[in-house]
Amino acid sequence: MRIRCPFCGERDVHEFTYLGDANGTRPDPSVADAAEQFHDYVYLRDNPAGPHREYWYHGAGCHGWLVVERDTRTHEIRSVAFAHEEAAQ
Amino acid sequence: MKYSIFSLAANALTGHKGWKPAWRDASPREAYDVVIVGGGGHGLATAYYLAKEHGITNVAVLEKGWIGSGNVGRNTTIIRSNYLLPGNIPFYELSMKLWEGLEQDLNYNAMVSQRGVLNLFHSDAQRDAFARRGNAMRLHGVDAELLDRDAVRKMLPFLNFDDARFPIQGGLLQPRGGTVRHDAVAWGYARGASDRGVDIVQNCEVTGFRIENGRAVAVETTRGTIRARKIALAVAGNSSRVAAMAGLRLPIESHVLQAFVSEGLKPLLPGVVTFGAGHFYISQSDKGGLVFGGDIDGYNSYAQRGNLPTVEDVCEGGMALMPMIGRVRLLRSWGGIMDMSMDGSPIIDRTPVDGLYLNAGWCYGGFKATPASGWCFAHLIAHDVPHPAGAAFRLDRFATGHLIDEKGQGAQPNLH
Ligand SMILES: Cc1cc2nc3c(=O)[nH]c(=O)nc-3n(C[C@H](O)[C@H](O)[C@H](O)COP(=O)(O)OP(=O)(O)OC[C@H]3O[C@@H](n4cnc5c(N)ncnc54)[C@H](O)[C@@H]3O)c2cc1C
Ligand SMILES: [Zn+2]
Repeated sequence: MRIRCPFCGERDVHEFTYLGDANGTRPDPSVADAAEQFHDYVYLRDNPAGPHREYWYHGAGCHGWLVVERDTRTHEIRSVAFAHEEAAQ
Repeated sequence: MKYSIFSLAANALTGHKGWKPAWRDASPREAYDVVIVGGGGHGLATAYYLAKEHGITNVAVLEKGWIGSGNVGRNTTIIRSNYLLPGNIPFYELSMKLWEGLEQDLNYNAMVSQRGVLNLFHSDAQRDAFARRGNAMRLHGVDAELLDRDAVRKMLPFLNFDDARFPIQGGLLQPRGGTVRHDAVAWGYARGASDRGVDIVQNCEVTGFRIENGRAVAVETTRGTIRARKIALAVAGNSSRVAAMAGLRLPIESHVLQAFVSEGLKPLLPGVVTFGAGHFYISQSDKGGLVFGGDIDGYNSYAQRGNLPTVEDVCEGGMALMPMIGRVRLLRSWGGIMDMSMDGSPIIDRTPVDGLYLNAGWCYGGFKATPASGWCFAHLIAHDVPHPAGAAFRLDRFATGHLIDEKGQGAQPNLH
């Protein structure tokens, strides 16, 4: 598996660290059902067989956090973007 | 047919033409008392104990491929009960006791071999942690021995004792740990269940659930709709996918774990050995191959194959521990999909859907659990009350804070 970092170019997966699902949004701690929402956010996963948006950290390269869309059935990578750019959209 | 020295001799004299299939390959009927989804070790053990211990024989095991095609036929066959936490120790020790009587119980040779599991330590701090684990085990009546460097050297003189960074200081030995022929576990349980009337249905994939008034009443399959009073999931790496069809989101991620086997060698390793300074473990099969593995690849996967960085990492661990394996040729490597839970411990529980039961979250250590998992899951399905040995493995523990996190890693499944 190789990931095409938008800054460094295509690199071996060895250079990256995986965090996991990039779809979750940290809940608002002040809402009434915050405890339940935090439980879902921290512990539950969609865990799909197919396209998966996930965070990778380029620790042996530019130190950037990336959002990678990858097919969990084939490991094929469909897109890579900087996490901060995704978040800004 | 009962297997014995006499049936073996009789068949040997008649050219081994008299052996019958060990279990019935059934076609599905319209309805059952219990439908078990997943014909791996856990599903088959559950069916067996439902029939044998609870008298529930109107049972089907539905397997999308062939039995044993999942993790039960892909693992590195290690059994042990060297756990630290209260929810885990009694469960894995129950499993060890069931392994010890399994072959007589099933009348099937599963090659249960208690050749010992040795976890090496490489620093004072690690020795203290292992001593604590050994003490916890002994308090629960589990065997554990702390070996010093000389005792390990006597057992395994060829290890790299004086590695500059990770010298071997000793090890924690569980003499009753060991290995079991994994395929035979699937076949043995299948035979025992089938003999008691359980239908084992292969090439039958569950594609949906019929839920009426909050109760699961039937499964949709590639071989038609099958009604059931109770439906039990034991689909390991596919748990999230199957549970999603019933509207559930689970505290599970699926990850790939690789394993490796070398060409056959003369007897070399007496038992199972694990490297304490990296993730590497190794044993030798009765055929002579060195069977070894290490960490999961570390990213969500349903691919049943991994990538080269993990291969390199595992081999580096092997070379650090046992430099002589550098000259051994690798024969095969493969991968399986692990149901990694958020605290590294399993789930055996009811679900929010009435009549739907869940057995999942086995991470990379569910083979050793097979007998106790089947035992406790069958008890839960039969009585709607958890078995005491598996009572801690609740689905709601992530909400209530009763996590069972042996490694203390938190909700990061690729670190468990
Ligand atoms: C490489 C590797 C090494 C391992 N080493 C060890 C070890 O040394 N010791 C240890 O204790 N554990 C080990 N494990 C873990 C252990 O193998 C698993 O935790 C355990 O086998 C899981 O339970 P099972 O046997 O029921 O799973 P499986 O055999 O995977 O059974 C699940 C079954 O469900 C079926 N299924 C899935 N979806 C559907 C559907 N929709 N409809 C019908 N059927 C379906 C699958 O086809 C599969 O046969 C290892 C695993 C791997 C991959
Ligand atoms: Zn980069």
